[in-house]
This record gives sequence, structure tokens and C-alpha cells, in this order.
Amino acid sequence: MTVSMMQASTNGNNQATAKTATNDVVLAARHITKTFGNTQALKAVNFDIYKGQVTTLFGENGAGKSTLMKILSGVISPTSGDILLDGKAIHFNSAAEARAQGISIIHQELSLAPNLNVRDNIFMGREITNSKGVDYAEEERQAKALMEELQESIDPLTPLEELRLGQQQIIEIARAISQKSRILIMDEPTSALSATEVEVLFKVINDLKKRGVSIVYISHHLEEALQITDHAVVLRDGTMTAYAPRKDIDLEWIVRHMVGENFDLGSPPTGYEMGNTALEVDSLVIHDPKGGAFNVVDHLSLKVREGEIVCIYGLMGAGRSEFMECAAGRLKADSGRILLKDEEISSLSIADRIAAGLALVPEDRQKDGLVQTMSVGQNLSLASIGEFTRRFFTSNKAETHLINQSIKDVTVKTDSGDAPIGSLSGGNQQKVVIGKMLATHPNVLLLDEPSRGIDIGAKAEVFRLLAERAKQGLAVVYSTSEVAECLSIAHRIIVMNKGKIAAEFNANVSKEKIMAASGEAIKD
Amino acid sequence: MSAQQEQTLNKATSPAKKVDIGRLLLEGRAFFALIAIIVFFSFMSPNYFTVNNFLIMSSHVAIYGLLAMGMLLVILNGGIDLSVGSTLGLSGVFAGFLMQGVNIQALGITLYPSLWVVVVLTCALGAFVGLVNGVLIARFNVPAFVATLGTLYVARGAALLMTNGLTFNKLEGDPSLGNTGFDWLGFNRIANIPISVIIFIVVTLLCGIMLSRTAFGRWLYASGGNEQAADLSGVPIKRVKITVYVLSGICAAIAGLVLSSQLTSAGPTAGTTYELTAIAAVVIGGAALTGGRGNVQGTLLGALVIGYLSDGLVIIGVSSYWQTVFTGSVIVLAVLLNSLQYGKKGK
Repeated sequence: MTVSMMQASTNGNNQATAKTATNDVVLAARHITKTFGNTQALKAVNFDIYKGQVTTLFGENGAGKSTLMKILSGVISPTSGDILLDGKAIHFNSAAEARAQGISIIHQELSLAPNLNVRDNIFMGREITNSKGVDYAEEERQAKALMEELQESIDPLTPLEELRLGQQQIIEIARAISQKSRILIMDEPTSALSATEVEVLFKVINDLKKRGVSIVYISHHLEEALQITDHAVVLRDGTMTAYAPRKDIDLEWIVRHMVGENFDLGSPPTGYEMGNTALEVDSLVIHDPKGGAFNVVDHLSLKVREGEIVCIYGLMGAGRSEFMECAAGRLKADSGRILLKDEEISSLSIADRIAAGLALVPEDRQKDGLVQTMSVGQNLSLASIGEFTRRFFTSNKAETHLINQSIKDVTVKTDSGDAPIGSLSGGNQQKVVIGKMLATHPNVLLLDEPSRGIDIGAKAEVFRLLAERAKQGLAVVYSTSEVAECLSIAHRIIVMNKGKIAAEFNANVSKEKIMAASGEAIKD
Repeated sequence: MSAQQEQTLNKATSPAKKVDIGRLLLEGRAFFALIAIIVFFSFMSPNYFTVNNFLIMSSHVAIYGLLAMGMLLVILNGGIDLSVGSTLGLSGVFAGFLMQGVNIQALGITLYPSLWVVVVLTCALGAFVGLVNGVLIARFNVPAFVATLGTLYVARGAALLMTNGLTFNKLEGDPSLGNTGFDWLGFNRIANIPISVIIFIVVTLLCGIMLSRTAFGRWLYASGGNEQAADLSGVPIKRVKITVYVLSGICAAIAGLVLSSQLTSAGPTAGTTYELTAIAAVVIGGAALTGGRGNVQGTLLGALVIGYLSDGLVIIGVSSYWQTVFTGSVIVLAVLLNSLQYGKKGK
């Protein structure tokens, strides 16, 4: 139970943490392990939350941050390990049980009902009642007070769906505050907030700290998190890699532990000539589908040559996914042109674009990439059914050949093509999605955050595969929110911010420059 | 790393290799249920286990079975088609209307279309109802439940309007007009097998081949399993969706022709609530209402289970009220087993 279990740290300089008094720890996780199917999301993680202080959890996508927070807030149960509340082991069977102990969580995805108004959302599930039923007047009064505290001029009777995303986030925060929690977990609370709203949020966090509320904070905006945090914990691939109090850390320290120094994903492939322009995007504009003032993609122009790997780096909401989905034909462009080998493709259907040689590996593998009811093989062959169809009928022999070839090409680890897709690990599922699109023989392959939630070994294999194909003349556009990835795969790095290209770099740029250009500002 | 992955992979697959009896019973449940029903009623009644009884029962099954095949396609797509019972009724009435002769007053003549014209036009009507469903659902994003509930009422209303609530009884045609043979569908036999059963077998085979051996079949399974993923893989998801409702409509029209031929009359209320029986057959056959899972063999067994069970109860003289209770229990049990089979994989 002592803090000496922070030995998981790879760095000697945080031995200092052993001095921290244990009695300040309100909630502690000990050797928490969580497995989902074949993937191990958390491996013996230790985590402490201090009374009246902010502990920030850093880590890349898929490092296990959200999983850990869901365990601490009772949403899911750990496979093994203990949770200690005030030093006593405790087990939550549900989020409601955790809430009863004063632990609330603000999820990354909002958990509000858009059809209800602000007041009803704040008091959802714990309505204030009197003898006549729900006491709406009292609820409204308290909701108003909360809005004042958060400096938002939102009428409690406004339907939630009429609010901007940032305001909805505020409501979510208001709800958590109103529960008088001792421990408040915030999973990416600022991703939808404007700069002023973030300032207000930080003021609220400071107030809460003074009241003795402990905060767990998760954010991709490293600089922002550094402003507010008292302790930092870094997770990488489900393992806690470092821990330190605020005074001992800086941005460089976080990035080093998040990304890891030991594992080199290699460098961009070289030693061949690039070909002609394969994909050209000319002044592409996509309006905000919610009717906001910003364009999600704003006059974006881009040329990618055969054999070239271009990385698009940017934060969530920078417009990367929208650009790719538009190029693939899923979203309609409001203006601009997309040319594939000098042929305009803007009016083509998704199927026609695939036939013309443009394929997309979508961001959300479960939602957009895989058909869970089908086998590994049927998923691999889904985009190229025409290849093994003779007149009216599909040929089993030709399909089996195509599937086995794909399994070999993208090195999917599976018993056979008949195995259910759900039996594969995340990394292998991702390889199936990539293999499916590669089986269509594309000239241009768009990959939207393909490394999300896959382990570093699988990531390296994906990179090797892309490098190999690029050498054969495939143009690759790869989007990521992990800087280290850009540097190890891309010939050219494009940084997107608010729908525009903010900067363009060649392969030997520094991490800091890329991050600075993305709006993830590093003040010096 | 890879060794570890392989290890975990083996761990995951090893339970599947141990084929236990519980799993076998679960996956082959419709088949075992059918065997149990046949054995039970054969003991209860000497008349049950005879070739002739099976042929008669099968000709009853054919009606539900035809509807169920169309329903299977729709359910594989993740939809539902509540309109098939009404489409069946409307198709029967429409066929009866054509057999009575079409009186064109402007020209002062009455047309008596020959039998094959009647069949083609009736199927076209079924396809049209399906097309309306499909377009509403795929193009205008009306939920399938609501769209087909609407056509359920409209089609039934149209059937009632066409006959003014009455029933067409003269379907045999007239040799002098050359439109005879309508009773052939319901009464004739080839090699002692009723035509209706043969039609059902042909439709089942066609559906089976379509699902397992054509690109369309693969599109259907993919878009039912995950529409977004199918879309991004280049599957024409809207066309697939519209097509399954059209096919379901055609199946209902064929069933309407067969039923009115069997009954030698075309009533506007024929086929009421048959859509529910069809859905039940598909579900008993192991298809998931969420789409993407299910097959022709299962649906065939499902239709046989329902048909042989209710006819068996009639043969041993159980009251029709009890039949309803039994059928309902079988459906609930089937859905329960479905969620046992599919539910675990979700978590």
C-alpha cells in the first residue's frame, strides 16, 4: 500500500514520490489488470488520487486511460487487482455504487439526453421530489445556481439539443458538480470547449480543489493539463510507465514517457523514385454539418505522389476524418475538386471510387471497418467480391485464394479465414481492415488513425506493410494524432488545425515543431 | 510479442474445439425441435406419420414458408416487413379480379387475361408494394417497422375496396375464354407432390443459391451485419435494401396466388396476421432480428416446426386456443435460445 509500488516507473528521478504521505490518498488502484477478449488493456497498473489535488493521466490513444477511469468509477470491473477507498478495499458493481461513494465521472462521450432540457439532464436519475412529485421549481433554482457558478448564461429550460457541443459539455460538468462528489474524473473535458470555456472550467476545478474534491484529469492537450495538474501519471500500452509530482516534470518528460524511447518504429522508406501525382485535392470545403460558423474542412489543397507517404497530423476535430471521408465519397464536399490521376472523382459513388483506385481505412474499426457477423475471410474479401464472381455466381475457389493471399500479405494471425472476426486481437482486426482495402488494388490508400488502440508490435507491422506498398507505387495518406508516428513513417507531414493546413514539414522536423503547429501550443 | 498473441489466440479458440452436446443441441435446435415434434405426434396419432399427411401439411407450410423466405431476406438486412400478410391478401384478390375479366367500359369490351398473364401481373403487384416499402425505408429513412405497418393497412384497405368486402369465388376460368388452370397451383401434383410444395422448394433453392453463391447474397449479409462498413467497402447498401423488400413482396404475391388457388376463392381478408407467423418461422430458424445472421436452412426448419406443430395439434384434437398458446411458447423459446447463442459474443 505504500507508494513504493510506483516502481513501474522507468525513470529514476521520481524516487522522490516515495515521500508523499499515504494518508493523502483517497482512492488508490493496485495492480489493476483488465483484459477484453484477447487484448490486455491494462497490465498491473497502480494509480493514486490525492485529496484536494488534480492528478492527470497522460497517454496516447489506446494506452488504457479510459479503461482505467471506467474501472475507478465502477462502469466496468477489473479482471484482477484492488481498489482502495480511504485505505479500505472496495468493489463497485455499478457506476451507481461508485457514485454513492462520491466518485463521479464525466465521460469523453457525453451521456446526456438531447431530448430533455438542461434542468432535467442535470437531475436525471436523482430527481428532487416532494409530496407532489418532482419539485421542478427547486431543481430549476439549483440548476440556475450551477449555471451561475460556471458563468454560463444558459436557461435551465433550454432543450439540450439546442446547445453547442461545448455548452453541452458544461452541462455534463454541472451535473457532476451538483452530485457533491469527493472524486471527480474528467475524461477529455476540454476537447469541445473554447478557450474561454476552458478558463472557466479551470477556475471551477480550482474551487473544487479548495473544497477538498479530488480531480482526475485526462487530456490530449498536454500544455493545458500541465497548467492545472498537481501530479502526473503516464500510461503506455496498458502499463504505467512513469509517475511524478508537478514540480518534477515538464512537457518533454511527458512526451518521452508517453511515446517511449526504446521502441523505434523505423524510418520512412527510401531508395526509390516517386511517381506522378496520384491524388490531388483542390481547395476542398466542407461546411460544419451542425451549422457552425467554421468549415470542418476549409479550402484544403493537397497533392500526393505515387510511392509517397503523407502524414496528416492534427488534434481531434481538426478535420482530418472529414477530409478523408469526403475523399472516399462518404461525405459530400461543398466545394472544391478531388482528382485521382487527373480524373475528377467528386461525382462518383464509394464503389466507383474504390474501382478507380481510391480506398479508405476508416477511423472507427468496429463501427465502420468490420462486419462483426462475418468471418475473417468474408471481411477480407468484402470490398473485392467482383474479383471472384463469374457471371452470376461467386467462386469459392477464387475467394479462398484471395483470402489466403490477403492473410499472408498483411500477416493476419488467425487459425483460418473461417474464424470469427471477433476472435482476433485489435491489431489483427485492423490488419484485416487494411487487407480488405488493399485487396482492391488501390493506387491511393487513405488511413484514418489506423494505429488507434493497437499495440506497438502490430503498429510496426502496419508501418512495414505500408512502406512495402509505397515502394511498389502506392500513394499513402495517413492521419494520426501521435507525433512519433509521423516521424517514423512519413515522407511529408501536414499539420491540420481547424480544417486548414497549418503547416507542412519534411521528414526531419522535430516533434515540438509539429505539435506547436497543430495548436497544441508549447509556450516557452 | 507474436508468441504471446498466438498463445492468447489459442486460448480463445480452444473452447470451440471441444464440441459439447449442449452447443450442438443449441445450434441445431430447430432441427431437433422438428424431430421431436414428428416423433411426438407420430406416437399420439396413427394418421400423423403417413406420406399423405406430410404432403398435406407441407402444402400448408408452403404458404407460410414462401412468406418466411421473403421475410428472411428482409430480416438479414436488419429490417422487418409487416406488410406481407396484406400483400398476400391483395395479390389473391387482384388475381381473382383478373380472372373475373377486366371490363374496359370506354372500349365496351371485357378482357380475360390468360393464366400466365395473371401470374405475372400479380407478382408485379407484389413487387410494387415491396418497392414502395423499400423506397420509403432506403431513400426516405422511414423506419422499416413504421413503413411496412403503413403498407399493411393500405394494402388490406385496397383489397377490401377492390371487392367491396366480398370474396371472388369464380376462379376456375372458362374453357371458351382460354383462361382456365388457376386451380392447378393449389390442387395439382407432380410425382404426387403438390405444386405449392414444389413452388416453395424452388423459391427456397433460389434464395439459398442467391444467399450463398452470389455477390448480392454477400452484400446482403454484409449490410445487415454492419451497414456502415459495407457502405465504405463499396456495397450499394440502398439498392440492396430496396431489392430485399421487392423480393419479399414477390414472395407474398406468389403465396397469395397459391393460397387463393388452394381455397378456390380470393377473399380480401386472406393472410391476416400471416406476417407474424412468417417472422416467427425466421426467428425459430435462428436468424437474428438485428440482421446479418440467419440462413435458408434455418428458416425452412422454422416454417416446418410451426406448420407441423399446429397441424399435429389439430390431428390429435387439441383446441385451437391451446394451439395459439403452444405456438407462442415455441416462438418465445426460440428467441430465448437465439439470445443464448448470439448474446454471449457481444460481451
